Amino acid sequence: MTLDAKIPQGPLAEKWSKHKFDLKLVNPANKRKYDIIIVGTGLAGASAAATLGELGYNVKAFCFQDSPRRAHSIAAQGGINAAKNYQNDGDSVFRLFYDTIKGGDYRARESNVHRLAEVSVNIIDQCVAQGVPFAREYGGLLDNRSFGGSQVSRTFYARGQTGQQLLLGAYSALNRQIHAGKVKMYTRHEMLDVVTIDGHAKGIVTRNMLTGAIDTHDGHAVLLCTGGYSNVFYLSTNAIGSNVTAAWRAHKRGAFFGNPCYTQIHPTCIPVTGDHQSKLTLMSESLRNDGRVWAPKTVEIAEQLRKGTLKADQVKEDDRDYFLERKYPAFGNLVPRDVASRNAKEMVEEGKGVGGSGFAVFLDFADAIKRLGEETVKAKYGNLFDMYIQITDENPYKQPMRIYPAVHYTMGGLWVDYNLSTTIPGLYALGECNFSDHGANRLGASALMQGLSDGYFVIPYTLGDYLAKIGPKKVDTNHPAFAATKKDVVDHVNKLLALKGTKTTNEYHRELGHIMWEYCGMARTDEGLRKAKGLIQALKADFWKNAIVTGENEEVNASLERAGRVADFIELGELMIDDALMRKESCGGHFRVESQTADGEALRDDENFAFVAAWEFKGENQPEELHKEQLTFEAVHLSQRNYA
Amino acid sequence: MNLTLKVWRQKNAQTSGKFVSYKAENISPDMSFLEMLDVVNESLTHKGDEPINFDHDCREGICGMCSLYINGHPHGPKRGITTCQLHMRTFHDGETITIEPWRAEAFPIVKDLAVDRSAFDRIQQAGGYVSVNTGGVPDGNAIPIPKVIADEAFNSATCIGCGACVAACKNASAMLFVSAKITQLGLLPQGQPERYRRVQSMVAQMDEEGFGSCTNTGACEAECPKEIKLTNIARMNNDYFSAKLFREDEVHEQGH
Ligand SMILES: Cc1cc2nc3c(=O)[nH]c(=O)nc-3n(C[C@H](O)[C@H](O)[C@H](O)COP(=O)(O)OP(=O)(O)OC[C@H]3O[C@@H](n4cnc5c(N)ncnc54)[C@H](O)[C@@H]3O)c2cc1C
Ligand code: SF4
Ligand code: FES
Repeated sequence: MTLDAKIPQGPLAEKWSKHKFDLKLVNPANKRKYDIIIVGTGLAGASAAATLGELGYNVKAFCFQDSPRRAHSIAAQGGINAAKNYQNDGDSVFRLFYDTIKGGDYRARESNVHRLAEVSVNIIDQCVAQGVPFAREYGGLLDNRSFGGSQVSRTFYARGQTGQQLLLGAYSALNRQIHAGKVKMYTRHEMLDVVTIDGHAKGIVTRNMLTGAIDTHDGHAVLLCTGGYSNVFYLSTNAIGSNVTAAWRAHKRGAFFGNPCYTQIHPTCIPVTGDHQSKLTLMSESLRNDGRVWAPKTVEIAEQLRKGTLKADQVKEDDRDYFLERKYPAFGNLVPRDVASRNAKEMVEEGKGVGGSGFAVFLDFADAIKRLGEETVKAKYGNLFDMYIQITDENPYKQPMRIYPAVHYTMGGLWVDYNLSTTIPGLYALGECNFSDHGANRLGASALMQGLSDGYFVIPYTLGDYLAKIGPKKVDTNHPAFAATKKDVVDHVNKLLALKGTKTTNEYHRELGHIMWEYCGMARTDEGLRKAKGLIQALKADFWKNAIVTGENEEVNASLERAGRVADFIELGELMIDDALMRKESCGGHFRVESQTADGEALRDDENFAFVAAWEFKGENQPEELHKEQLTFEAVHLSQRNYA
Repeated sequence: MNLTLKVWRQKNAQTSGKFVSYKAENISPDMSFLEMLDVVNESLTHKGDEPINFDHDCREGICGMCSLYINGHPHGPKRGITTCQLHMRTFHDGETITIEPWRAEAFPIVKDLAVDRSAFDRIQQAGGYVSVNTGGVPDGNAIPIPKVIADEAFNSATCIGCGACVAACKNASAMLFVSAKITQLGLLPQGQPERYRRVQSMVAQMDEEGFGSCTNTGACEAECPKEIKLTNIARMNNDYFSAKLFREDEVHEQGH
């Protein structure tokens, strides 16, 4: 199979308009004859479901939580980008496009990114119309802040709860369609497989998480909007339930997986305190607007801070190293996430880490409080400070925060073409679940933008083209593929339930996380990755022998749900290792120690690696096959990223 | 720390439940409450027993999925936080902690400590939105909104739909939850066209779901993890009576 990204012809800035015109339309009277399945109702899924419902399609939407309002998107804090240029500070569609391509270290597809920048402006209008209470200035107009990796203020926000407000907006639009009977919502349902007929996606298999009922659902197309897979690292900033199962099962049915090793480590998270830890909490990147990152200048001072014999505020100005400001004077504390994270790690490795464990640096608000007053700082970041106090029992108004990088986002995901179609026709991937727009590193406030862009403004057009081509004929639910796929799911569930070994699935998950963080985290080496591959294979074999799964299928069974997800994470972990091994260059969040510049920055190899890696599943325990989508750059000039 | 837990166990809505005691040993004060339950569940799993079922997801106080009635308080003894943000340093060594699900007729038990809050979704579906389709909306800055109004609307919009207000109320009233949405949209210019219709549809659905009435005890406000204010209820009542007295016909015309 050859990969075709289906990038429209023509100049970059006109591709999307021209493509929209070239796409086939579904006659309004015919729309109600099509059934669309949408798995996931976070920003991407809820916006797609609402919009497709409004257009007249019959939508069946699924999520595993008890309500669509609880999707992981709810937790996004900092904001959403849009090239509105309301601040008149030199922003434009092209600049947002350029920043995103550069921030992604030249590993994203130009055409997709340009479209994203174009529709970004519509997203804000849409959300305002829904009643999303964005932050405003005293004059009543929308307020903006700046975010890492950009020198303009283009980030729209709602205090520290932007994701919540955007999701509740999309949720309200979804509710309206549920009320109108155009969307049927299935909560507490987990998708466990995709049904394909003659190579086209025609349905899914789900497990009802209340009753255990395993059912098939048919549709003319299936949209996966199931989020990212950061939890492969066990500890991440993602919600506990976030998982790769839907994407992974689709992968095993033929959807290629794009750039699995591209993961983002976020620089400002609350450090780990112990083995009991179940997740990590992000402190929004927006804090770097006013907070200054530093570590003690000497190992001796760090030592005293770790022991608690010296307090952070007692460290003299001269003894502090504001290392981001020192190394990157132009961007200072606002360098992209991968750069900030690696620098924090370096400080710790040099013995200058702080906090009990030594795995932390400071994020200090003393200057901001002096300059703006405590009240202003509180108004901007109050809820984040409260969160910090809850978790650490320390007061960041008085003492600097301790922060350390944590896994946060996965740029990799199901490979999609310009139309957001996976390599299985009729199967689409939206939001964090696809690999598209962020290349090897995502800029802050761009995931919310991409999720809503995909759902509100891209899929309604591109899906119509596919539907018009296949026609509204009812899906044949008697086709043996439905029964066969359902049987595969039942067998898989039974196989899991039969596991009555000695180790909990949580223990396996934690072990997997250790392996991934150690060898496939912030710095990756050939030797380490090879070692990790062996460890994961052994872990997998052991899981299927010694894991414990309690209870039965016909009931609420969190143990069973967890087991299925951990099993899929283990398989994904191995593919991530393969991908990281294959990519011998460093780019964005993927840092291969063998490939760095003299000052320790990621060194790309454009000659050999300017491609998207798309992996094809070849059967259980078989090596996957690599396909390459070559990236061509016309509008931007490839250069070594430089934030100094 | 070592603790004794008295936990409500119930297989499903059809069966009856009971309290079962468990020991929680070697608990670190830095653990969150849910991490403490994780530890207990790991040991139950090792013994081949069924782990305690409870709802949770984000574990940072924003998704509204966690619940738990802890020592007589929804989301535990501390103000302004959710159960997932509660840390064990709040308790003392040797303490006995009682853990129950939300109790309300409109929230049937799913299993153990998890309840069915889909009634909340149905109330939102009845009218908790502005009827605009995707595309063709005015520019985001076309209508300036005074900062105080936007901030006030935001405060109401921070409700996480957890249901603690219902669990706290002796009448199991959902007024605080419903009024938060009505207030958010009622304050904003975008919400005006459907303001009176919305309040009637949502209140009607709330009644249909079997939530109790409000007798102004204020327990909801005291226990709400997002500190949603009682003034929201006052606003809702205002809009509701205004609609009933002057504008009711509108609903019948446009209702589905
Ligand atoms: C703490 C935090 C803060 C963030 N802050 C920002 C920010 O400030 N700005 C920004 O741009 N981005 C931010 N991000 C990233 C951003 O929030 C996410 O990338 C984005 O919300 C993902 O949206 P989504 O719709 O793709 O997926 P999600 O919101 O994760 O939704 C996934 C959906 O899929 C469903 N699902 C998954 N698997 C299945 C299955 N097998 N069966 C059925 N349903 C399933 C879930 O129920 C859910 O409805 C942040 C992320 C985190 C973790
Ligand atoms: S009003 Fe408060 S207690 Fe009630 S659902 Fe909303 S956040 Fe929870
Ligand atoms: S788990 Fe999300 S609010 Fe507690």
